[in-house]
Amino acid sequence: MKNITIGQYYPTDSVIHRLDPRVKLFGTIVFLVSLFLTDHYLGYAVITVCLAAVLKLSKVPFKMLLKGLRGILILLLFSVVFNIFLVPGRELVHIWFLSITAEGIRRAIFLGIRLVYLVIGTSLMTLTTTPTDLADGLEKALRPLNKLHIPVHDITMMMSIALRFIPILMEETDKIMMAQKARGADFETGGLLKRAKALIPLFVPLFVSAIRRAIDLANAMETRCYQGGEGRTKMHPLCYQKRDKRTYCIYAGYLIAIFGINRILVAFQILPFLFA
Amino acid sequence: MHFIKGRNVIHDFADTDENEQERVVRAIAGIDLDVKEGDFVAILGHNGSGKSTLARHLNALLKPTSGTLWVDGMNTAEEENKWKIRKGTGMVFQNPDNQIIANVVEEEVAFGPENIGVPTEEIWKRVEHALEAVGMMAYRYHSPNRLSGGQKQRIAIAGIVAMRPKCIVLDEPTAMLDPTGRREVLQTIRSLNQQEHVTVILITHHMDEVLYADQVFVMDDGKIVMQGTPKEVFSDVEQLKSYGLDVPQVTELAYELEQCGFPIKKGILRIEELEEELAALYQSGFRIPKSK
Repeated sequence: MKNITIGQYYPTDSVIHRLDPRVKLFGTIVFLVSLFLTDHYLGYAVITVCLAAVLKLSKVPFKMLLKGLRGILILLLFSVVFNIFLVPGRELVHIWFLSITAEGIRRAIFLGIRLVYLVIGTSLMTLTTTPTDLADGLEKALRPLNKLHIPVHDITMMMSIALRFIPILMEETDKIMMAQKARGADFETGGLLKRAKALIPLFVPLFVSAIRRAIDLANAMETRCYQGGEGRTKMHPLCYQKRDKRTYCIYAGYLIAIFGINRILVAFQILPFLFA
Repeated sequence: MHFIKGRNVIHDFADTDENEQERVVRAIAGIDLDVKEGDFVAILGHNGSGKSTLARHLNALLKPTSGTLWVDGMNTAEEENKWKIRKGTGMVFQNPDNQIIANVVEEEVAFGPENIGVPTEEIWKRVEHALEAVGMMAYRYHSPNRLSGGQKQRIAIAGIVAMRPKCIVLDEPTAMLDPTGRREVLQTIRSLNQQEHVTVILITHHMDEVLYADQVFVMDDGKIVMQGTPKEVFSDVEQLKSYGLDVPQVTELAYELEQCGFPIKKGILRIEELEEELAALYQSGFRIPKSK
């Protein structure tokens, strides 16, 4: 139970790791937008080159990224297969009642690339940013939402406290499980329903203890003068460095390139030619 | 001027008993308390004697039902004093896991100063100083989850020290620790009191933790029943026992010897003291009296 890692941070020192978390958050959004704007092979080639460059810079082993992909394998297969068979268009092959169309294949390939890149892009962010930095970055980046009365500070504070208590509650679960096993509880045999039922007596004490801990923690925070985000200073205030500003320029260049390629292809009517 | 002054402080809890009947439990039943600035004060009592409730009053986490409590000249019952009192009086709790907020040691220590709006540069200085004071500088970038109980408790103390309080209240800080952890924490508390001149209020039920205190209060059933220097308090072994409290082993031995007819003075706290006493007796030609 202790092996569960949340946030799956890959600790190493790289250019990407050192970037301001806000830059990485924004970068991920830029990347996602570019993925959905692109609708032709040339654009995807550009995206692939950029993604490969970032991956190389981040020093994160490719294997770590493949792990993240395993989670969406079924979703990926489903959407690709459905697209191949169900998109109407110029028929290439006909088997029984199913037909494969040229448009279907193209859509399936693009969708597959989009899904895979989407996962790789977001994993790259969580792999290179510590959960604390991520929460800090989110707090500062989302600060304008305060005007809409969304308690941004409270939400990010909850996020980082949750991260801190996950290993503690894991340990506690282990302890309660062992205490109950020692008294003859059975968590391992039986059908799904029976095993799920066996978990109920595990969750009750776990919840009680979690609530007790929450009360204690609230007391401890209050004695240390915690009064929400107002008037708080920071030991590590987020501050844009030169490299962060440069990265923003790269983002702008990247977006223009993706957009530009799109426009040029449309303008010169090369698109239909490329699809063929 | 007393740093903490309490006059007839009473605190009632509303509770429901087994029959779902509402009833009032009096946790503190009229306490008068005076603590001088810079003192090391211990509050002793068995479970349910009201000592933790009293501790929570010192930090304005609870307000007296009646009576008045002043901390650093401020009435704890007044809402506008709440944050000023908490800034000047820090509190360390029993369970080290439940009072650590951050995922990195140095950020944990910085949490308090951040809350009271200390500028960034000053936070750095304070964090370094506080970690130095509790001897945890080497663990600065570690995750609190991997530390031992004693180390976590020292981090919690550092988190309070970094707020530069005049007083630290520790509510059974060693109850969940092993002997090594207990020793570490007690040493830290003592050095804070002696070197940083912080007023320390240590709440405990371990007798050996109060030996270095300037003043000891013994609580039972919501009242202060004994008070004085450790020597004064421990000289009445009978009374302490009647409150369900043990005395240190040496004190117990000296007491038993005295009961058997040895002319030993009361309130012996250290092994060396008893040694000297017995050696003096031997040299004076004292013979063991016949026990009945």
